[in-house]
Amino acid sequence: MADWLDEVKSRLGEAVLDEVEFRGENTLVLDRGSLPHSLEVLKEEFGFNSLVDLCGLDTGEDQDPRFYVVYHLRNLDTKAQLRVKVGLNEGEKVPSACEVWAGANWMEREAYDMFGIEFEGHPDLTRLYLADDFPGHPLRKDYPTEGYDFEE
Amino acid sequence: MKTVVEQTGRRTYTLNMGPQHPSTHGVLRVILDLEGETIVDAKPVIGYLHRGTEKLAEAKTYQQVSPLIDRLDYLACPAYNFAYCLAVEKLLGVEVPPRARYIRVIMAELARIASHLIWLGSHAMDIGAVTVFLYTFREREITYELLEMAAGVRMHQSYFVVGGVRWDLPEGFVPKLKNFLDILPSKIQEYEDLLTKNKIWKLRTVGVGVLSKEDAVALGATGPMLRGSGVEWDIRKAYPYSGYEEFEFDIPTGEHGDTYDRYLVRMEEMRQSRRIILQALERLPDGPIQAMEGKLYFPDPDKVRGEHRDMAALIHQFKLVSEGFHPPKGEVYQAIEAPKGELGFYVVSDGGPKPFRLRIRLPSLMNLQTLPVLSKGHKIADMAAIIGTLDIVLGDVDK
Amino acid sequence: MGVKKTPVKEIEIPRLVTPEEVVEEEVTPEELEVLEKGGVLITTLNKAVNWARKWSIWPVTFGLACCAIEMMATAASHYDMARFGAEVFRPSPRQADLMIVAGTLTKKMAPILKRVYDQMPEPKWVIAMGACAVGGGIYKSYAVVQGVDKIVPVDFYIPGCPPRPEALLQAILMLQKKIEQESFDNKI
Repeated sequence: MADWLDEVKSRLGEAVLDEVEFRGENTLVLDRGSLPHSLEVLKEEFGFNSLVDLCGLDTGEDQDPRFYVVYHLRNLDTKAQLRVKVGLNEGEKVPSACEVWAGANWMEREAYDMFGIEFEGHPDLTRLYLADDFPGHPLRKDYPTEGYDFEE
Repeated sequence: MKTVVEQTGRRTYTLNMGPQHPSTHGVLRVILDLEGETIVDAKPVIGYLHRGTEKLAEAKTYQQVSPLIDRLDYLACPAYNFAYCLAVEKLLGVEVPPRARYIRVIMAELARIASHLIWLGSHAMDIGAVTVFLYTFREREITYELLEMAAGVRMHQSYFVVGGVRWDLPEGFVPKLKNFLDILPSKIQEYEDLLTKNKIWKLRTVGVGVLSKEDAVALGATGPMLRGSGVEWDIRKAYPYSGYEEFEFDIPTGEHGDTYDRYLVRMEEMRQSRRIILQALERLPDGPIQAMEGKLYFPDPDKVRGEHRDMAALIHQFKLVSEGFHPPKGEVYQAIEAPKGELGFYVVSDGGPKPFRLRIRLPSLMNLQTLPVLSKGHKIADMAAIIGTLDIVLGDVDK
Repeated sequence: MGVKKTPVKEIEIPRLVTPEEVVEEEVTPEELEVLEKGGVLITTLNKAVNWARKWSIWPVTFGLACCAIEMMATAASHYDMARFGAEVFRPSPRQADLMIVAGTLTKKMAPILKRVYDQMPEPKWVIAMGACAVGGGIYKSYAVVQGVDKIVPVDFYIPGCPPRPEALLQAILMLQKKIEQESFDNKI
């Protein structure tokens, strides 16, 4: 399992900021500037043809980077799995992965809806779950669970 | 984004298939662009059942999250907690005892049969065969009775806990389950007699909602949607969990990727689930049903409230219920093959008793993304068949 | 000067019966009640109309979440809601009299609930089925309305998560008893 990971790391080179292994799973933290090229390399050259999941992660207001976009990739032929994390702060944008995997469309809309993370090049970046005029982004750590206008 | 009119120059008629509709299986809204009766574009609008499960999970301890997860897919209770418990157990590094593993497999496959029964009933009812709905509910009532025997309630059992299962199988459960599995093949044959070679059924489902292999993989469809298009991919075979590697079963795949093929795939899956349950019942070992290590398990109720009351057990129960356990810092992703597709949990822990981030990878949400591709070019009457074949549950789409 | 006035007390006006005697002798309390409600014709018509209404309550399909599955199980052959008159679930609210709100009501869905309720013709009744419809259930979050009665008036609340089909049948039977006592000129 680990040999393809070494190849991936050497191919991506400087884009890899960190690598973690926990409970048999491999995570690579990539630089935001290397996207979408790194994702294309992972798909075309290493065969990660299936995007299992794309989500956002808020690590807290005082952290740098505050937000992460987490991609779970899978190679359906060799059954290899990889997690890729890209860090960003408030106001920064991430290139969209819709060109690479078509299934990223709604996942990115949900990350925008819940966290406010904006994706450049997304065909239709609107809210997915909440009404269009809903104020705020609920899954951020500074948003209360009950919301702002809670009536008992 | 350009509208269809701007792109093609043709005027289309926009029809709203509203959230309150008999064949949307819940509160799904589809905005259809029609040219006459042909669908040019179908855009689903979701979120009418968004209840904030992920946000609520961050405010509850790991054990308290279970009821929220049960209510995601309400057709296949108690299977969704399977993935959640496996993810947290992976995070903790805890191993589940063999009897609990086998009971989990039995319950998960029973949930798969129950989910496919109601899929068949509502799919056939939408297309017009109302009798099949009443027949499948008759079998589903037996699964309700079985689950009620084991867990005390018909739906939303929260039967799976982190470390094992909550209660052991009661006295009459195994004979009743064997009885059900004995009559199941003849019932499945009854449904097949009504539908499989039926000319009207074939006219309404063959060639409708075709999903090619490349589209299925690119769009992230999983489960019978992916297998109906010819990709042989099942999490139970690819990354076996909870002892699935010990069972013999086949993965049915389709050829053309249309509604009829997915119907055949799901019917065959019911038969394979029955095969797995029979094997599990044969080899069901004795032993504890919860992992006894750490401070994870619920102590014997007799020691807590019964005759042999023990202060240590009482304190243990109190701490477990009120404070919960503390997994190490880290993040895991664990997927299972739910009846609708791949269900995955991405759990991020910061060392506290509550999940820092609980991300649920829902099968129906990714399957629903394929709706514009499936319905383009078909007539509006095929919409009911296409939504039925997607096998979506709105709790599963909207979290 | 010369007009002879007969003193009043000498003229005797013959009376057949006093008003009190009328009430005591000829009208029983039950008859008085019937008279207060409009007379024999109206009450018989009322009974007939109520009988027809209570035995043909047609619900509109408003299943939102998990309780909808128990509602479907109630309509299936094991528990069979049709034997109480709720034969068909009408998809169109214009043809229905009962709205069983089964499931969680979110803020995005609330305007649609109100619109469907307004589209139903009188007389109409609402049953809130399940803990989420009654008071928000286990979802105390930013997106859930804490109870259907914040949007529409509710006649019956069924607790449970989800309530058993027998509980829904009990609610339908209690609704029938409620309909028996209605009078159609107060509520059309």
